[in-house]
Amino acid sequence: MGRYLIRRLLISVITLLFISFIIYAVLFMAPGDPLGELAANPNVSPEVRQRIRASYGLDDPLYIQYFKWAKAYFIQFDWGTSFVSRMPVMDYILPRVWTSLQIGGTAFIIGVMIAIPVGVVSAIKQYSLFDNLATTFAFIGFSVPTFFSGLILILIFSVKLGWLPFIYNSNPPSWQDAVKQSIMPITVLALFTSGQLIRYVRASMLETINQDYVRTARAKGLKESAVVIAHAMRNAMIPVITIIALQIPGLVGGAVITEQVFLIPGAGSALINAIKAKDIPVVMAITFGVAILVVVFNVLADIIYAVLDPRIKLK
Amino acid sequence: MAAPSATPQTLATAGDALRNSRKQRSLWGDAWRQFRRHKPAMVGLTILTTFILFCYVGIFFWDMPVNSPYVYQTNVPIWGYSEGFSVVTMKDEKTFHPLGTDEMGQDMMARLMFAGRISLSVGIMAALISIAVGTAIGAAAGFYGGFIDSALMRITDMFLSLPTLPLLLLITFLFGPTIKKWSDRTFGNQNIGTFLLIVGVISMLAWMPTTRLVRASFMSVKEKEFVEAAKSIGARERSLIFKQILPNVLSPIIVAATLQVGASIITESSLSFLGLGFPFDVPTWGQMLYTAKDLMQADPKLALLPGSMIFFTVLGINFIGDGLRDALDPRKTN
Repeated sequence: MGRYLIRRLLISVITLLFISFIIYAVLFMAPGDPLGELAANPNVSPEVRQRIRASYGLDDPLYIQYFKWAKAYFIQFDWGTSFVSRMPVMDYILPRVWTSLQIGGTAFIIGVMIAIPVGVVSAIKQYSLFDNLATTFAFIGFSVPTFFSGLILILIFSVKLGWLPFIYNSNPPSWQDAVKQSIMPITVLALFTSGQLIRYVRASMLETINQDYVRTARAKGLKESAVVIAHAMRNAMIPVITIIALQIPGLVGGAVITEQVFLIPGAGSALINAIKAKDIPVVMAITFGVAILVVVFNVLADIIYAVLDPRIKLK
Repeated sequence: MAAPSATPQTLATAGDALRNSRKQRSLWGDAWRQFRRHKPAMVGLTILTTFILFCYVGIFFWDMPVNSPYVYQTNVPIWGYSEGFSVVTMKDEKTFHPLGTDEMGQDMMARLMFAGRISLSVGIMAALISIAVGTAIGAAAGFYGGFIDSALMRITDMFLSLPTLPLLLLITFLFGPTIKKWSDRTFGNQNIGTFLLIVGVISMLAWMPTTRLVRASFMSVKEKEFVEAAKSIGARERSLIFKQILPNVLSPIIVAATLQVGASIITESSLSFLGLGFPFDVPTWGQMLYTAKDLMQADPKLALLPGSMIFFTVLGINFIGDGLRDALDPRKTN
C-alpha cells in the first residue's frame, strides 16, 4: 500500500505538470499580444517595447517560458495578480471558491442523500411502480441540461409565483434571504447529481442482492432490514462511494453554468468573466485548480476502494 | 395401390412454407425485436425522429429567413422577409408565425429548425469523431498490448484528468477569431470554421472513455478461441482486428456513440449558452437560450421552446442508448 501510494502520487504530480503545460501551451499559442494595449500604443518606441518584451521573457521559446512560470507557480507559489481586479489571484479567487463550495457542496450532499435511499429501494422493488418512477426521475435528472432546469425554476418560482429572488446577492441582508436565494441553484445541482447517482446505486444494489451471501443471510432467518442494510447495502456501496468521489470534480462544470443562470458570484462565473476579459492569471488559477481537484479525487477514489474492499490489493 | 401422399413436389412446397413461416433471424433483427420491447427507447426514437424530420425536412415546407426581422408598423410590415414589401396584417400574424417571433421579430419556427440542424449536426459529428478516435486508440492498445498499450493508456489517463469544461471554454474563446478569419479565407464562410472548431474541441476532450471501453473489450475478446483459430489458419493482423475482434466489441461502441451524441449536444448548448459558441447570426438551441434568459419575464416561450428541444432530444437519445444496451446484450435476451 505504501509503495503504491508513493507511485500513485508521483504519477499524479507528473499528470498535474502535464496538465499545467497543456493549459500554458494553449494560452501561449493563443493569438493576440499578451502586452495588449501596450503593444499597439504608438507612443511606445519599438526599442522600449522590445525591452519590455524581453523583461517579461516573451521572446523565449515555449518551454523556457513554461519552466520560468512553473518555477514561480509551484516553488514560490506566486500565482500572479489579476489583470482586471488588480488583486493577487488568490485573494480574488478564494472568496468566490467559498461561495461555489457552499452551494455546490450542499447540493451534492442533498443529491447523494436522495440518490442512495431511492436507488436502494428501487433495486429491492425492481420493476415496481416506485422503481419505474425513480428510473424516469433519474433519466430526466441527468438529461435535463442545468441551464434549462434553472431557467424553468426561475420562470415558475421567480417570474410566475414571485416566491424566490431572481438574482443572487452576495451580501444577503438576513439568513432567511441567504437560504431563499440558494434554494433554486441547489435544487438544480442536486437534481443533476442524484439523477446520475440513482442509476449507479440501483445497478450496484441489484448486483449484490442476488449474491449467495445475501441468500444465506435471509436463510438463517435475519430480519429483512438487517439483510438489506447490513449485508447487501454495505457491499453495494463500495463502488458507489468511488463513483461519488469521482463525480465531485464534475460539480465544477455544473457550477459554471448554474452560476451563470442565477448570477452567483462564484468561481464558475469568475472563470467565464476572466476568459472573456483575457484575465490570464485568473483563468490559469481556476483551470489548474479544477485539474488538481480531478487528480486528487481520482487518487482518493482508488484508495477508498482499496480500504473498503479488502479483496482489492493495490500494487 | 394408393398414390404416395408426399411427392417430391409437395415436399418441396411444404419445406418452403415452413421456411417462410419461420423467417430467418439475423443478429440485427433480434436486436430490433428486443429494442422494440423497450418502451422508453421507442418513445425516445419517436421523439428523435420527429425532431430530425422537423429540422431537416421541415425546411422544405417552411423556408423563412432566420436572420431577417419582420417589422410591423400599424398593422402593415414596413419591411418584408422577402424582396419588396409584402403586406401582412396583424390578424395574419398567428398563421404567419405559428410559434410567434423572437425579440427581434424573427420567426421562431424557422429559427428552431435552423438551430436544430446546427445542434444535431454538431452532436452527431462530435460523437462520430470522438468514437472513431477512441476506438482506434483503444483497439491498438488492447490488441498490441505491451509498450504500445502502456504508452497509449498513459496518454489517455492524462487526457482524462484534464479540466474539460474550462479548457473547452478557453480554446473556443481564444482561437475562435483566428479560426473564423482562416475559414473566411479558405471557404468564404466564417461559420464553417466555428463549426469545425467546436466539433473538434468537443471530440478532442471526449474520446477517452471509449478508449478504455474498447481496450478492455479487445483484451478479453483477443483471448477467445475463435481468434486463436483464426490466427492458426494464418489470418493476417488486419483481418484479426477488423473481421474477428471488432464486430464482437461493436455493441458497447454503438451504445457509447449514441450517448455521446446527447452529451455533445449538451456541451455545445452549454458553450453557446455561456456566449462562447456560435456567433449571434447562427442560432443554435443553446444560443437561443442565451439571448432568451434575460427575457424570461417578457416572453418565457423564447426560452421554453429551444430549451425543451434540447431536453427532449437528449432525453430521447439517452432512452435510445438504454434500449440499445439491453437490445445488443445477448445475455439479456429473454
